[in-house]
Amino acid sequence: MNYETIIGLEVHAQLLTKSKMFCRCSTDYASAPPNTHVCPVCLGMPGVLPTINQQAVEFTVMTALALNCTISDYTRFDRKNYPYPDLMKGYQISQSYAPFGHHGWLTIEANGEKKRVGIDNVHLEEDVAKLIHRTSPGGESYSLVDVNRAGVPLMEIVGEPDLRSPEEARQYLMKLRSILQYLGVSTANMEEGSFRCDANISIRPQDSTDLLAKVEVKNMNSFKAVYRALEYEAERQRKRAAEGKKLAQETRGWVEERGITVAQRSKEYAHDYRYFPEPDLAPLVLNREWVEAIRSKLPELPEARRDRFVAEYNLPLYDANLLTSSILMADYFEACMRGAPQKSAKPVANWIIGEFSRLLNATNTGINDSKVGPVALFDLVQLIHEGSISSTSGKSVLEEMFHTGKSADDIIKAQGLSQISDTEAIEREVMAVIRNNAQAVADYKAGKKQSLKFLVGQVMRATRGRANPTVVNELLEKKLEEG
Amino acid sequence: MIINQLTIHEAHEQLKARQLSSVELTKACLERINQTEPKVHALVTVTDELALKQAQKADQLIARGNTHPLTGIPVIIKDNMCTKGIPTTCSSKMLQNFIPPYDATVVEKLNNCGAVIMGKANMDEFAMGSSTEHSAFFPTHNPWDPSRVPGGSSGGSAVAVAADETIYALGSDTGGSIRQPAGFCSVTGMKPTYGRVSRYGLVAFASSLDQIGPLTKDVADCAIVLNAIAGFDNRDSTSVPEPTPDYTQYLTADLSGLVIGVPKEYFVQGMQKEVETAMQAAINRLEELGAKVDWEVSLPSTPYALAAYYIIAPSEASANLARYDGVKYGFSFTDTDSMWEALEKTRQFGFGDEVKRRIMLGTHALSAGYYDAWYLKAQKVRTLIRREFDQAFEKYDVLVTPTSPTVPFKIGEKLDDPLQMYLSDVCTLPINIAGLPAISIPAGFGNGLPIGMQIIGKPFSEETILKVAYAYEQATEWHKRKPQV
Repeated sequence: MNYETIIGLEVHAQLLTKSKMFCRCSTDYASAPPNTHVCPVCLGMPGVLPTINQQAVEFTVMTALALNCTISDYTRFDRKNYPYPDLMKGYQISQSYAPFGHHGWLTIEANGEKKRVGIDNVHLEEDVAKLIHRTSPGGESYSLVDVNRAGVPLMEIVGEPDLRSPEEARQYLMKLRSILQYLGVSTANMEEGSFRCDANISIRPQDSTDLLAKVEVKNMNSFKAVYRALEYEAERQRKRAAEGKKLAQETRGWVEERGITVAQRSKEYAHDYRYFPEPDLAPLVLNREWVEAIRSKLPELPEARRDRFVAEYNLPLYDANLLTSSILMADYFEACMRGAPQKSAKPVANWIIGEFSRLLNATNTGINDSKVGPVALFDLVQLIHEGSISSTSGKSVLEEMFHTGKSADDIIKAQGLSQISDTEAIEREVMAVIRNNAQAVADYKAGKKQSLKFLVGQVMRATRGRANPTVVNELLEKKLEEG
Repeated sequence: MIINQLTIHEAHEQLKARQLSSVELTKACLERINQTEPKVHALVTVTDELALKQAQKADQLIARGNTHPLTGIPVIIKDNMCTKGIPTTCSSKMLQNFIPPYDATVVEKLNNCGAVIMGKANMDEFAMGSSTEHSAFFPTHNPWDPSRVPGGSSGGSAVAVAADETIYALGSDTGGSIRQPAGFCSVTGMKPTYGRVSRYGLVAFASSLDQIGPLTKDVADCAIVLNAIAGFDNRDSTSVPEPTPDYTQYLTADLSGLVIGVPKEYFVQGMQKEVETAMQAAINRLEELGAKVDWEVSLPSTPYALAAYYIIAPSEASANLARYDGVKYGFSFTDTDSMWEALEKTRQFGFGDEVKRRIMLGTHALSAGYYDAWYLKAQKVRTLIRREFDQAFEKYDVLVTPTSPTVPFKIGEKLDDPLQMYLSDVCTLPINIAGLPAISIPAGFGNGLPIGMQIIGKPFSEETILKVAYAYEQATEWHKRKPQV
């Protein structure tokens, strides 16, 4: 039997506010010693009360608008009750009954086609403390609690189960991350934990509406992990179904090192969170004009920017898509292009998408943290375009720039890499190659035209790549005809 | 003159005239505490050293011409309001060793007025109770008859005022916890409109019902204290940014033009005859003072208030008390190998029976499958009750009822019968459900035991309530009677 895969993702994103969700503590805890960004409110001490961070509300409404959600006129917070040492009050202030945004969507591209993925709701809650598990020298296990993270605003985006493959899930996550980064509401960095994803995955027989057991997969800490975990889980469920075994409704954890998911807890023992309206916070009535003002202030989003790149820079859709998938890369591209003619766009895009991205990825460097600024990169592309150096040399020059931060000009001068377009100099090398490769010359004359490529290669080698390949070709053909 | 018997306004006049110093006043109260505490057990903590220091500071302030009516005046704070550096126990084993690193907003406000904090008052554990018998430490005794309860949960605060251990006190009221003990001890106690006084630093019992208010020796004092503690607080988003008038400006003896309603549902079955008689006499007196009285008001949803209250309050409490897990502060059961067992045992041994009963009630009412039938239904009843009050206040300026259907009962009498205990608040808890302001003032005695009259107003009409209360008080002598301790 053929099974269809059904996936829905729940994403938590930490918001880039200065202070926490319900108190004035700073959210900038990344390098702070444990329990230094705390106060009676985020510690959940007796008698304290929460107050709402307006910036977080604005960020959430922005996101909900960008995700085409309907914004609730009346919203409020609810208490989600469960005991755990990372939860200071024994309940989390979240939203269940009246989230800020609902019924939205975002578009992904799957198999070359556009697809709309539903967003059930966008809501706001607070992050929990961090537990650090230790073992004493005596072998006793214990846990430490760092409350710095507790109370950081956390936005949850609950997706509809509209995704049909791990690849679609990956596309969805990348799109969502890119939107959050464009909005400036979150760093949306999965590895750093500011962007977290839980997945609901199940299978169903093709053309049926009966889902088999729904499985929640947790503990995926990168885009790649999400993709691998979903691939594994879909396959696991298919195998079990094929063997006629029952699938359990359960929560499973992804184990990165082993590349498998393992059962964590069965849904029969699921928590009853006993949601009820948070009595410490008055309901919020969102003013329509305020919401419209936020809508009018929304920045250009990835799709709009991509379309503009196609129109304004005459870039192919593929290039524009890649460049705009990250706001930083798109900004970098536009910084390169500042004051440059439109015809430079394609070569600049090629170098950013190609060699520069390769270097960034290989060294795990952020585009803004690299030593090659947009002006330096543009200068390099110009030198290649003007024929001062070959594109082969360009690659090594960029690598040198990337590691040392020197300008393209300086490197070219220092290494004597500038391209030789001087016909006389090239002619000397051409004659030498003809003299030393009698067999290839004979083959060429006998009609084996591929030999020309070999001979061009020999000239390039002799000039260490500096000879202008067009000139080499012309000269070789001419000399061979003559000789 | 017995100086610890002075009211705020009397003491203030003498302090201002330099006929009395705050240190003398404070010492008189501390002496009285030494004398009466062994009999009434109203206080959990006495901060005598701090009080004397604050009194000295207050005397300096007064010498420099500071004339705030609360400067140098001793106060007792119910032990569920956080006091920086002073234990705040909620009369619970759970918080027996808890010393807050912060002040409640009301405490901060009193300190800014130059108040003298003398100590913390006993209460029913986490404010859950109507007799102060549910304190984890000791029951408080009624100074009018030590074999009887003082009411609760602010029993310690009411007794401290009634026994003249202090000039005034602060209490908190979730279902009658200021008014019922005020009635039982023959003092004045007000629960302001929900949102009138900041709850920041008040250890939460039921967040949508809790409100802090004054317990005083007369109505004028009540107005003075309300002036000091009322107002919007940006740390409490349920506090209301309404302007606060000077409540002392409304204290006049004339009630002409005022329309008073008497809701018949508050004269319930099981009401004691002497309470009914006293109420009739009191309301007649209001009529004599110029008010028009309608004896036939009906608020038909009143009988459902108790049930709704005992769903809403425990539901909120079940979440509010979840933070006491033994990890961060307070009592901690550590003699175990497992985190979950530590959590369970901490709560098993840290909380008393009444608290556990309410946590279980609330947990159940919020559980999947029961939420709609219990919690949501109770919220609907709440809306109905509110609406009935709104309608009544279109016709009446205030409503008048007894504070409690009975005079103070015997210690131990209702301890094993929670439902009977809950009925003691049947006249007060609908007011919390509707978020309204109400006062209890002395309105007579039955067999030597105090009887309180409750005056209820529309939201943010504390001045009207105070006016009616003041007119009645000035026409009667009940508030001047003192118990023999």
